[in-house]
Amino acid sequence: MTATAEPEVGKARLRKEDARLITGQTKWTDNLQLTGMLHMAVLRSPVAHARIRSIDCSRATAMPGVAIVLTGEDLAAEQGSLPCAWPITEDMLAPAAPALAVDQVNFAGEAVALVIADNAYRAADALAAIDVDYDELPVVLDLEEALQDNDLVHPDLGTNKSATWIFDSAEAGSGTNVEDEIASAEVVLERTFRQQRLIPSFMEPRSVVVDPSADMFTIWSATQIPHILRWMLAAVSGIAEHRIRVIAPDVGGGFGGKLQVTPEELLCLLVARRMGRPVKWTESRTESMLSGHHGRDQIQKITLSARRDGMVTGLKVELLADMGAYLRLVTPGIPILGAFMFNAIYKFAAYRFVCTNVFTNKVPTDAYRGAGRPEATFAIERMMDELAVELGRDPMELRQQNWIKHDEFPFSTVAGLTYDSGNYEAATDRAMELFDYSALREEQARRRSSRDPVQVGIGISTYTEMCGLAPSRVLGALRYAAGGWESASIRMLPTGKVEVITGTSPHGQGHETVWSQIVADRLGVPFEDVEVLHGDTASSHRGMDSYGSRSLAVGGTALVHAADKVLAKARRLAAHMMECDEADVEFATGSFSVRGTSTVRSLGDVVLAAHVAHDLPEGMEPGLDADATFDPDNFSFPHGTHLCATEVDTQTGMVRIRSYVAVDDVGTVVNPLIVDGQVHGGLAQGIAQALYEEAIHDETGTLTTATFADYLVPSAADLPAFMTARTATPATSNPLGVKGVGEAGTIASTPAVVNSVLDAVRHLGVRDIEMPLSPERVWTALRGGAAEASTPAAGGLGSIDSQGGQS
Amino acid sequence: MIPAEFRYLCPSTVDEAVRMLVEEGEDAKVIAGGQSLVPVLRMRLAAPTALIDIGGLTELTGVRDDGDSLLIGAMTTHYEVQRDHLIHDHALLLKLVTDTVADPQVRHRGTFGGSLCHADPAGDLLAPALALDAVMIIAGPGGRREVPASEFFVGYFETALAPDEILIDVRVPKYTGWGAHYEKLNRVAQAWSIVAVAAAVQISGGTIAAARVGLTNVGSGPVRAVDVESALVGQPVSAISDAALLASSGDGYKDNLARVLTDRALTAAVAG
Repeated sequence: MTATAEPEVGKARLRKEDARLITGQTKWTDNLQLTGMLHMAVLRSPVAHARIRSIDCSRATAMPGVAIVLTGEDLAAEQGSLPCAWPITEDMLAPAAPALAVDQVNFAGEAVALVIADNAYRAADALAAIDVDYDELPVVLDLEEALQDNDLVHPDLGTNKSATWIFDSAEAGSGTNVEDEIASAEVVLERTFRQQRLIPSFMEPRSVVVDPSADMFTIWSATQIPHILRWMLAAVSGIAEHRIRVIAPDVGGGFGGKLQVTPEELLCLLVARRMGRPVKWTESRTESMLSGHHGRDQIQKITLSARRDGMVTGLKVELLADMGAYLRLVTPGIPILGAFMFNAIYKFAAYRFVCTNVFTNKVPTDAYRGAGRPEATFAIERMMDELAVELGRDPMELRQQNWIKHDEFPFSTVAGLTYDSGNYEAATDRAMELFDYSALREEQARRRSSRDPVQVGIGISTYTEMCGLAPSRVLGALRYAAGGWESASIRMLPTGKVEVITGTSPHGQGHETVWSQIVADRLGVPFEDVEVLHGDTASSHRGMDSYGSRSLAVGGTALVHAADKVLAKARRLAAHMMECDEADVEFATGSFSVRGTSTVRSLGDVVLAAHVAHDLPEGMEPGLDADATFDPDNFSFPHGTHLCATEVDTQTGMVRIRSYVAVDDVGTVVNPLIVDGQVHGGLAQGIAQALYEEAIHDETGTLTTATFADYLVPSAADLPAFMTARTATPATSNPLGVKGVGEAGTIASTPAVVNSVLDAVRHLGVRDIEMPLSPERVWTALRGGAAEASTPAAGGLGSIDSQGGQS
Repeated sequence: MIPAEFRYLCPSTVDEAVRMLVEEGEDAKVIAGGQSLVPVLRMRLAAPTALIDIGGLTELTGVRDDGDSLLIGAMTTHYEVQRDHLIHDHALLLKLVTDTVADPQVRHRGTFGGSLCHADPAGDLLAPALALDAVMIIAGPGGRREVPASEFFVGYFETALAPDEILIDVRVPKYTGWGAHYEKLNRVAQAWSIVAVAAAVQISGGTIAAARVGLTNVGSGPVRAVDVESALVGQPVSAISDAALLASSGDGYKDNLARVLTDRALTAAVAG
């Protein structure tokens, strides 16, 4: 290990990216203007389920500026079926997924026709002139009703059930039989939780530009996955992969919402090929909410068995997961990612997980920040509180009794994973100290006894997550179609500057800054001398992109390996230049020296010597560039303890977060500023699930929350000042010791908030409140109307939408 | 999100604007700050053939002292209302309400008169305008006319304004020395209220001399809680909680909020 005078790793560097992002000095996909470019507008189905009797495009085609109007029938021969890369079981049922509906629409918002015009305005105008005759079919919305198969989303499949996926610790040999544990248990708790449907709500709407010129298809897209997109578009369109170049320029957020091969990306490609001209499509916010994939949407039936002394003996999880109308890129696998996390940080003897994936006439679901793991964490952390209530125990003490102790790592879990490192005691101690737990408990007791209209509650979430996706062999065993490795290249330029090429695809995370810090330390070059290239399959030809808190743990490791290769070769050349034995060469702060002498060659000298190649050791190739690809042996397992205090106004049902402490162990921290940012944003999104956000469909399947007036994304004004701190037990699965932080806050915070609210009002007779905990739901629950407490919570606002509720 | 095509007209006087409205007919629409109309256009919920932009009519901006009342120009922005010393001194309730409207960007573009004409039942400014007995001064082809707030708000997104008329000024009686408060319950900061209550109270010799209470978003338009107001006249401050129960008689969530928030708004108005 080498270092500059002051190590870069650990330094709270301001982000390199920000100056250009916040001053408008960058090009987003929608900023691109190409000569002769056409604009695509998409007509979307207003109904959730219907046969298409006919589509009349004649009026639209005749409108000014319209080049062509296309329907699914026009593209049927070439559009194929959008890819699903995760067939979770051998017998999984998957419907054909045309990018443009051909004879049937299966969700409101599905694309049914395209207008291609010379500008975006004329394209939008012509949409209204397309006449579609729909023959409406019964709408399937409710998961449990869908399983009755009375009405079918896809009649040709014969059922609404796509697949059932099972993990059983007795069968896997990782634990005992859960039914035995339940049968012999002293305490059995059974609860049902609903994970409401959420919308990823990235800041930059999706946008695609395809340029078909020069015998290439150059595709700019606001995507998280340029490499996977290139592969999949080649596979679906039949265009040779080497004729496709995908560029993800600066991308404004994703949260999993841009981990997708979208209908519009394929359609732009097909239209550009047909027209021989560049084509652009950029969505509106409402279009995004109606057609971009959603997240969550599960019903979780949880059974927990325990002894009276508080030891949990078994956990049975029965999930219904809403796929929506189609299986998108990794739709069926999202709930399965949670399968390994329901046991969380605890030592349960037995575990069984059964997930049934169900089709409905709704927007397809897929990855959303945390992807399967927030759902799991919510369920188990709610259950641990329920058990504490049942047994009259302090909820933290009960968790402590059940969790893996710091001296028990590495630990093989009942779900079959091996947690490499962690220290739940340390994170919890730090959190309890920052939170002032006992003072809050005293205040809570005071308010209860005085029957204060404002009650206080404390919520705990001691979470872990699996990050660093993923060991390729594990993905293979789970029937995922791709690998989980990552790639990096380092180019040593003749002037000593460094270009780093990464296969990760940042869309807000700050990889340019963090990758520069790692390389600066490793090679002893100034932070400013490192440039990070990403997101273009022409320069970064090999990569698996960014999602699942993987980029640093996997891509950062590839980078370290590439830097080590550069140094190894430079050391050989330095020895040659200094006429010494390689074993006597030392490297520190960017310079090679001969041990015990004053002979020195800077890395820059060695780079130049390698570049000009005038005098290289026998057989050495010119240049010091190096590539590395890293496939991890294991996941990484960040963990932490989050504590949330809420005030519940029992007269209005309003919940206010009074204080929030997040102590996270994400292993080694490269840039504390970026880690704090990730935690803050993650907390905001997790809290949003608990209190604010919900995608609501009415009984016809229309999404009634298709604007930000109705879909409530909180802002800084709604959130408390977060108190964040860290403990660090470095990961043993990578040389940096990093674990990943992109999803931690989202995974941890939702149950902390809900546990807190329930803790505030449980003594008033409230057992549960469905998320999001809107004031009306909380108030209704306080009045004893448990059933009513699960009526739609959003709506709300909309002064524009006359149908919007006002509750 | 692209609006349908429209013609853009930019009058330089109120009379010219009215003339344009008459000429363009019912499919024309006046645009003020655009904070409500532009989203409606972009979502194609409305497709006027012409927009008449009164943003250049400086004669419609600003707050004037008119003896017993204030005259607030219809094009005065929320931001200007928030900072105007006449409003602060004589119609404090309007300032406090305006402080809660949307977000700073909207408050810099959106206008006092525009909000009233849009007549969104969840809009914040309707209830205080009603409670404070504001009077709308309207220009039309037949000249000027005055309409009290109680007759101006006709229903859901509906006012007494004829298609060829423009709101030019709002007359608000002076409430010098009155305590005021706006109690707004919304789920996130930028959201419309679920229910909100605007209250102004005049205290004299330790008792309530007069009270004004307006409710936001409990009906198709603003609602004045006249029962609450009259129950408080001549009463001590301690009468507030009982009087607030008269804000609504129903059993639903919003009825409950109307009562609870009325109590809180009046209590804070008295304290403030």
